[in-house]
Amino acid sequence: MMTHPFVRALIYLIGLMAFAGLNAAYLVWCERKGAARIQRRIGPCEVGWAGLLQPLADGLKLMTKQLLVPDGVDAALFRLAPVLAMLPGMVSLAVIPFSDTLQAREMELSALLIFAFASVGMLCVLLGGWASGNKFAIISSTRAVSQNLAYEIPMLLTVITIALIVGSLNLRDIAMEQQGNLFHWNLFRLEGWHILTMWISFIIFFICSIAETNRAPFDLAEAESELVAGYMTEYSSMGYGLFMMAEYINIVVGACLTATLFLGGWACPFGLAPGWWWFVLKIYVLIFTIIWVRWTYPRTQIYRLLNLSWKVMIPFSLVNLLITAGLVKFL
Amino acid sequence: MNLPRPQHYEETFVLNLGPQHPATHGVLRIKVTMDGEYVVKAEPVLGYIHRMHEKIAEQGNFAQFMPYTARMDYLHALAFNHGYCLVVERAAGIEVPERAEYIRVITVELNRIASHLLWWAAFLLDLGGFTPLLYAFDDREQILDLLERITGSRLTYCYFRFGGVCTDVDDEFISGTRAFITRLRKRLPTMYHSLVTGNIILIKRIKDIGIISREQCRLYGASGPVARGSGIDFDVRKHEPYSVYPELDFDIPVYPDGDSMARYMVRMDEIEQSLRIIEQALDKLPDGPIIAAKVPKNLKPEAGAFYAAVETARGSLGHRLICDGSKNPYRLKLRSPTFCNLSLYAEVAEGMMIADALAFLGSLDLVIPEIDR
Repeated sequence: MMTHPFVRALIYLIGLMAFAGLNAAYLVWCERKGAARIQRRIGPCEVGWAGLLQPLADGLKLMTKQLLVPDGVDAALFRLAPVLAMLPGMVSLAVIPFSDTLQAREMELSALLIFAFASVGMLCVLLGGWASGNKFAIISSTRAVSQNLAYEIPMLLTVITIALIVGSLNLRDIAMEQQGNLFHWNLFRLEGWHILTMWISFIIFFICSIAETNRAPFDLAEAESELVAGYMTEYSSMGYGLFMMAEYINIVVGACLTATLFLGGWACPFGLAPGWWWFVLKIYVLIFTIIWVRWTYPRTQIYRLLNLSWKVMIPFSLVNLLITAGLVKFL
Repeated sequence: MNLPRPQHYEETFVLNLGPQHPATHGVLRIKVTMDGEYVVKAEPVLGYIHRMHEKIAEQGNFAQFMPYTARMDYLHALAFNHGYCLVVERAAGIEVPERAEYIRVITVELNRIASHLLWWAAFLLDLGGFTPLLYAFDDREQILDLLERITGSRLTYCYFRFGGVCTDVDDEFISGTRAFITRLRKRLPTMYHSLVTGNIILIKRIKDIGIISREQCRLYGASGPVARGSGIDFDVRKHEPYSVYPELDFDIPVYPDGDSMARYMVRMDEIEQSLRIIEQALDKLPDGPIIAAKVPKNLKPEAGAFYAAVETARGSLGHRLICDGSKNPYRLKLRSPTFCNLSLYAEVAEGMMIADALAFLGSLDLVIPEIDR
């Protein structure tokens, strides 16, 4: 595009904010409708056609509520935490390549950047929990930290396998490398026999991304039957709303990353008309799977979750890394 | 499988679970002293919904207390109806016609299934599984519709009368109940067992968690599925038979493990046994009156002390009634099953992780108004 860089930045900023905002709002609707279908209910149906205006009504309701700052909280941090929680997801979206031409900012190490910001997101949860001065919130935020630490390691190890195959940590390069039909995608890559091990990477990565976004069955940080609402217990109004939006934006980022790393980005399964529409289709299939999992399984315990990471995920991803390195080296 | 166990407690803090907390299903408060996520000490605090039911019983005449019985255990209200009727009938020497006995058994067992279904739903909710709730409520709804048809209410029934029941069952109720039995039998293996019982996360969460020994059950007087999950073969319906239970063929599911999974399985098996009981009772249902003739409006039993026990969904419920020859009970003492089942919580929960402690709490199937009365 031959526009002024400033104009370009502005357009992308507005575009990404709209994308993030709409997703955050309408994923709630999708989640409620999806959950309703799974549970043989109808779901929201009063506000607008098929309840499509429900997110708007929810947002209005949240905004008109009082933002209660209880006694004994660290007021500045308490107010800051939800705002900060929104940022990492938004920034991460900037480096996601939606298609060949549709990417806000291309950069080397963009995959690493997303992980760095995911850790910042975890800090915001800690901040919110700590500032609340509530026992449930503190337990929840310590849980969130130990969980995120445990799951970042296997996640990064699987990203290294991709980096070995593609030779780059630039998301755009990774996606470009996978153009073509199904068997060029990292998940099913025939070249170099990576199809043999990549499914392990994919499963580890997908499970970790559910754990990273604090979704059921790994939603230990907001386990409502144990910790009421976890780190969000003391939050009301948009403080709560922003945390919820952050959660959904993180899901979108997770799905985008999975689609780019494993599912060929904007490539079409049969090599026809690649474009952003395929990318969007892929991320929504992934998001639907995450919703489906949430409404099917009960929650696990925190110590089992950590054991799963340290005792299963990390050894598996290390062995997987070794095998992939061998395949890259000798084939 | 070994669960993490704390070696020594360093810094502890007190966490108040309840009286308003999602896991306590009511206004139970548990004062938990914790070290990190370990429970050092769990102390149930009762009394938030105490309504002096036993005292209320002394204020009115015998019939006036009948509606209150359903307010104690609102999930198995008919068993409380039944227990109170039994003790008063024993005191006043009232003979219940056979048809009424069969109707009582059918409705009590239907209510037992509804209670177990609701426990199942709430327990899964405690474990973070939301969807099973809706499936269980789907089946429970059928039971409530059937019971509403003959009793007029859906939750707090006042259906039993001294000497019988207040309304007769009709053909539609009988055919509806038969249809329900077929329906639930078809759904139990698919909707309940293959979707939930076999789920690896569920098994990991409740297997070997919250082990109650036989000895602990005896010491604390636990009964019902809690005791049967610990290998104690005791069911009032079999061992101190009342009503027409001796004429019906059913088994008492007993599991020896004593963990939450055992209690879970006992309740699931009891649903099947209750279906068997209802089916037989429907087949045997005799014709005749549904209430004993000439029961005076104001009962005046002779002075004396009487006792009757029934098996509710949560365990054995005892009524001890002391009469002094007047039209009011002199004293009515209830031995409610959940109170005893909860009392062993403090001992067993010690040293557990908080998540396990709450899963264990759910597996005890508490109904708080019945504890407090």
